[in-house]
Order: sequence, then structure tokens, then C-alpha cells
Amino acid sequence: MARMTMIEAIQNAHDLAMARDDRVVVFGEDVGFFGGVFRCTAGLQKKYGKSRCFDTPISELGIVGAAIGMAAYGLRPCVEIQFADYMYPAYDQIVSEAARLRYRSAGEFTCPIVIRMPMGGGIFGAQTHSQSPEALFTHVTGLKTVVPSTPADAKGLLLASIADPDPVIFLEPKRLYNGPFDGHHDRPVTSWRTHALGEVPDGYFETPLGVASVVQAGDALTILTYGTMVHVALAAVQETGIAAEVIDLRTLLPLDRETVMESVRKTGRCLVLHEATLTSGYGAELAAQVQTDCFYHLEAPVARVAGWDTPYPHAQEWDYFPGPARVARQMRALMEA
Amino acid sequence: MDDHPPLALHVPEPEWRPGDTPDFSRVEIPRAGSVRRPPVDEDPEAMRDLAFTIIRVLNRKGEAVGPWAGELSEEELLDGLRHMLLLRAYDARMLMAQRQGKTSFYMQHLGEEAISTAFRKALGPRDMNFPTYRQAGLLIASGYPLLKMMCQVYSNEEDPVRGRQLPVFYSSKEHGFFSISGNLATQYIQAVGWAMGSAIRGDTAISAAWIGDGSTAENDFHAALVFASTYKAPVVLNIVNNQWAISTFQGIARGGAGTFAARGHGFGIPALRVDGNDYLAVHAAAKWAVERARRNLGPTVVEYVTYRVGGHSTSDDPSAYRPKEESTAWPLGDPILRLKAHLIGLGAWSEERHAQAEAEATDTVRTAQREAEAIGTMQTGRRAGPRDMFEDVYAEMPPHLVRQRHEAGY
Repeated sequence: MARMTMIEAIQNAHDLAMARDDRVVVFGEDVGFFGGVFRCTAGLQKKYGKSRCFDTPISELGIVGAAIGMAAYGLRPCVEIQFADYMYPAYDQIVSEAARLRYRSAGEFTCPIVIRMPMGGGIFGAQTHSQSPEALFTHVTGLKTVVPSTPADAKGLLLASIADPDPVIFLEPKRLYNGPFDGHHDRPVTSWRTHALGEVPDGYFETPLGVASVVQAGDALTILTYGTMVHVALAAVQETGIAAEVIDLRTLLPLDRETVMESVRKTGRCLVLHEATLTSGYGAELAAQVQTDCFYHLEAPVARVAGWDTPYPHAQEWDYFPGPARVARQMRALMEA
Repeated sequence: MDDHPPLALHVPEPEWRPGDTPDFSRVEIPRAGSVRRPPVDEDPEAMRDLAFTIIRVLNRKGEAVGPWAGELSEEELLDGLRHMLLLRAYDARMLMAQRQGKTSFYMQHLGEEAISTAFRKALGPRDMNFPTYRQAGLLIASGYPLLKMMCQVYSNEEDPVRGRQLPVFYSSKEHGFFSISGNLATQYIQAVGWAMGSAIRGDTAISAAWIGDGSTAENDFHAALVFASTYKAPVVLNIVNNQWAISTFQGIARGGAGTFAARGHGFGIPALRVDGNDYLAVHAAAKWAVERARRNLGPTVVEYVTYRVGGHSTSDDPSAYRPKEESTAWPLGDPILRLKAHLIGLGAWSEERHAQAEAEATDTVRTAQREAEAIGTMQTGRRAGPRDMFEDVYAEMPPHLVRQRHEAGY
């Protein structure tokens, strides 16, 4: 067991995947010689050579389209889109091609690719470097969508994603890249250090896709969340002292419905928390599923706390995404309902 | 105040519209045999002229002339003629089947038969095509069963893609035919990726990308050219210029560029422009480009100059936007008649044998059609069923889909 940042854990996962399977290739803008602007692919080109880890032209469409062709050839491309905000030029290749190739060819051609993208705010990236586009992927059948919240999960989930036979969208909360999420303007957040989440198991292991993690047990209220917001939720629980159960979904699609519903049936209250904008966000899907499965167990309507329905602002980033105080307020309101 | 005259938008128009008399006499068509054939490893800069001419082998008398001639044996040419006849007969029957309501949609190759059938003969068995909807000749020339093709068109129970794709959107890994997408140009960059994969693995297989003149305007085309150029991918980048993108003439996508082939030059990729109605020229150019790729010399852009005689699809009526006489005025002729004349000139063929071969092609298609229709069509018989709908979305069906399948009753 070593202590690692999420970036180091992702580097380590790449290294192990490439060592284990010589069909794994890694490419994207700046990922080769330089090792990526966030350094997630550092050292790979030196170790595995230029034909397995290389820089590409600035063409997200080209990166994903070429990866699909390589996958059809028999390789296992794991590509990087420098920021999730930049994936829109590649969206048609992801949605119409990667997601559908197995289906439309009846399994004759498949697309085992991983598309990694740093997501979310908290680093003053404004509207072009801070978006959380997960709902644009979970709505697309044929894709799997994964969001880790700890270095250990980032490693295990990335290794599972690379080994997966289907296309996986791997969204990395960049606020967690370099260490604990240790602050918010409305309350301090110290969950990372409290929970020692920087511990990462050594060697190759896969954290299975489609399995959520109960990061804190409780019976008063269920908080469904993922990515950066897992840590905000934990801070809010600490602040309120409410015995909430915090579930880190880890994989948004396929969803671990069993774990979610079991918890909500037990607690009778559900709060959905994400950083992405509220309207038609992934939280809407969670709320719909919870009310379908748990209606007679609910003591209050399902509550949602999310980013405001505005583009991601620059100077007001910390007012934009939910902090512990906002979550705490909603938790208290839910308990009184 | 600005005293310039007001600006006006330039929108290119074809030279004639319904009611006008088409006149192709201003189109420059070089004499057959007059275009040079450089060695495959010539510096791309030294062969820029080849993107602005038209490589032709068959002259008006049906003789094969010039440096691009002499690649194919008599037997291979006879094979080529049979493939084109079969494709034409298949198109005719499937077009009719669509009109009879046995399928929802069809797209024919009329006038473009030489391109896909001749190109296929230049490829090896492990190479991969990333085709569009008008390259079924790749399948026919590789011996793919007509019956399977028809089952795909009819979406019946034997449809290899289980009723999920539009008719003519075939897929065959074994026959080097990548699954067709309805979103235009997406396959172009994928072909480059496939070729890069082959190079990464130290394989010897190459790929071929296919696109129409209209779709070269899509971003994917440009991404493909930059990737192919950067990594010197072993890929042949084909552009089939059949003059029409549904109702839009090729000048709209081409813009101010001299030719589509010339697009390669901006990327340092050598480019050939070929008579797409000349089986021998198509084959010779394809072979040249395939050899370049195979020798790790990188990509080649090839523009095939041809004419889409039929409509874009069964949903299209070309008489609404172009003169009816345009296809007969097309100066490069009919690919089947040109190869037929060549073979007769060689003494390897005759009018009688041709009539017999046409009848044989029709008969082969009819037999396959009877078999396919005995299985089912869009309307009757054993069709791809709704239970198939839920398979192959993922390698393993996730719980939410299992639930939905049960809810649907399967």
C-alpha cells in the first residue's frame, strides 16, 4: 500500500495496463513526450516507446475516431481528451460510432476503448475548463460512464475500464487530481485527510464497474453522489451530525441500483448531489429511479443539490458548485419534512 | 462612410438545371494513356500534377494504352466484367424489390460499378475497407454471398446484422468490409486508426477509406487527412466524386479547390485523379496506392471521377434538380460497356457471350432473391425479431437492459 495522488494512481494504472497487455496504446494531445498537461501519462512513452504512447494533433474527433479504428483492428486504446469541455468535436464519434459499433455489426466489430477526460471545476477554469458533462454520456446507450472519487478507485476503476470489452467514458474530477479536496468558501472540507483516501493498493487490481461504494454508513438519510461531491457530502455529514449514508456511485452507467435502493428503503430519505447543472442532469435520472422503486418507503420527496443552471463562471466558481453548507441546509430540510 | 459597393454572397451553381441541355465539352479529359506513372516512392512534391489530370487506360476504341495499362490478365478482366454485371443485376432487382414494398430503402451503384469492384482486386485478403453505402462491389468482388446481402436488405431472420441497420448497410469482418455508418465521413478517420493499429503491431495489412465528394466537407475527412499525414498511416484515402451529393452538385463541397484530389496536397499526401468509369485505370491506380501503403510509404489520396446515374437513393428524384439527359451526356461512358468493348477487342469476348453473361447474372440474382424471400422480407416471413433488439448493446447485458427486455416480454 502506497500513498498517492489521483494523478499518480492514474499513471500507475496506465503503466500496469500497458505492461500486462501489449495491445494497450495511449495517446492524445500532449500525452507523449510531456506526459499530459496533468501528467497522467508521464513516463509511458519512455518506457513503452513512441508507437504505444504518442502525441496527437489537436483534433478530439481525430483522437476518438482513430481509437475506434484501432479498436476495430484489435488494439485497446486508452485516450485522453485534455478537458471534458473539449470533447464536443468528438461527440459524434463517441455517440454514433463507439457506442453503437457492437450493436450495428451484431458483435462483428467491437470498440473496447477508454476515453479519459478531466471534469469538473474548482480550479478556476471557467466555462471551458470546468464542465461536468456526465449526463451527455449516461443518456447514450452503449457507453459506460465512470467517475472515481479517490486515488485507489481511480486506479482500480481505470484498470477495469481498460479491460472492459465496451467503450468507457472515464471522467476524472480534476479538483481531486493533486490531493485532498481541502476547502470550500462556505465551509472547510477535510474528508480526504480524515479518511486517509490517498492509500492505494500496490500491483494490478480491478475495481468492478457497476458497483457503488458505501463510503459512510447511516440510517437517517441517503446521499447519492460521485466524484468531487463525495467529499463535500462527507463534510456536510460531519457538520450536521445527521446519520446519513453516503453512497459513492463510482459507475453512473451501469448503475448499482441494488445498493442505492437498499439504502433508500432503509433510510426513507434521499438527497442527490452533483456538481453538474440541475436541469435534466444525472440527478434527475436517480430521482426518477428512486421514486419508482422506493415510493412507499419515502418520508419526503427526493431532494437534489446541484450546480446552478448557468454556464460555469470564472470568478464565481466557488459560489457555483455545491459546498458543504448548501448540502447541510438541504439535509436538515429533508429531516424536517 | 464606406463607399465600397455592397458585398454579395457567392453561391456556386451547376452549369445546367432541368430543362437545360447538358454540355460537358468544356470538361478537360486527357487522352487515355497520356498520364505518366511515377514510381511509388517518388517524392509527393514531384507528382502534384497527378491531382489535376485524369488517369485513363481505355481509349475510345477500347484499347488499353499507356503506362498504367497491362496489369490485369484476360481472366482477371473477365472476372471484373462479371462482378460489374452481377452488381448491376443485383441493383436492378433490389430497386424493384423496394418499389414492391419488400424493403424500405435501397441505394444503387448505376454508373459507378467499376470503382469498388476493381479496387477490391488490388487488395489482399486481410486488408480492411471502411466503405460508404455505394461500395457493395467490394463485397461482390470478394465473393461475399449475394444471399447474405439480400437478407440484410430485407432485414429478415438471416440478416447478419439482425435487422438493426438500414438496408445496404452491410458488415463483414471476414470480407474486409467495415460496418457502415449512416453518419457521413465518420469511417474516414476510423480507417486511418485501423491502419495505424496495423503499423503499431508491425502487421502487413493496410486499410482503405471511402468517402463521397459531398462528405469531404465533414470535419472527419480533414481529421483523417491530418492523422494519415502525421503518422504516415498505411491507408488509401478514396474519394468517389460522382458529381452529386443528393441534390447538391460537387462544386458546393469542393469550393474553390481545383479538384478533390488536390486536398491531399495541403497535407503532403500524394494524390491521383482517376477515370472512375475505366475498370483498368481504377485497378491500376488502386494497385499503385496499395503498394505505397504496403511498403510503408504512407497514405495516398485517390479521386475517382465518375457519375451517379441513378438517384441518391430510392427516396430521391434526380429529375427535380438536374437535366434528365445529363447521365447520357456524361463523357466517360458506361464502365461495363467500356470493359466489354476492350474484351471484345482482345478477342476474349463477344456480343453473344455478353448477352449470355448478363442473363447468367440476372439468373444468379433471381435464385438468391427467391432464397432470401423464402426466408422473409420487411413485410413477410421470418423477420429479425424484437428479442434481437436488446442484444449486443454491451458485451454483457447490464441489469437495466435485462429489466427492460423482460418488460417488453422477451
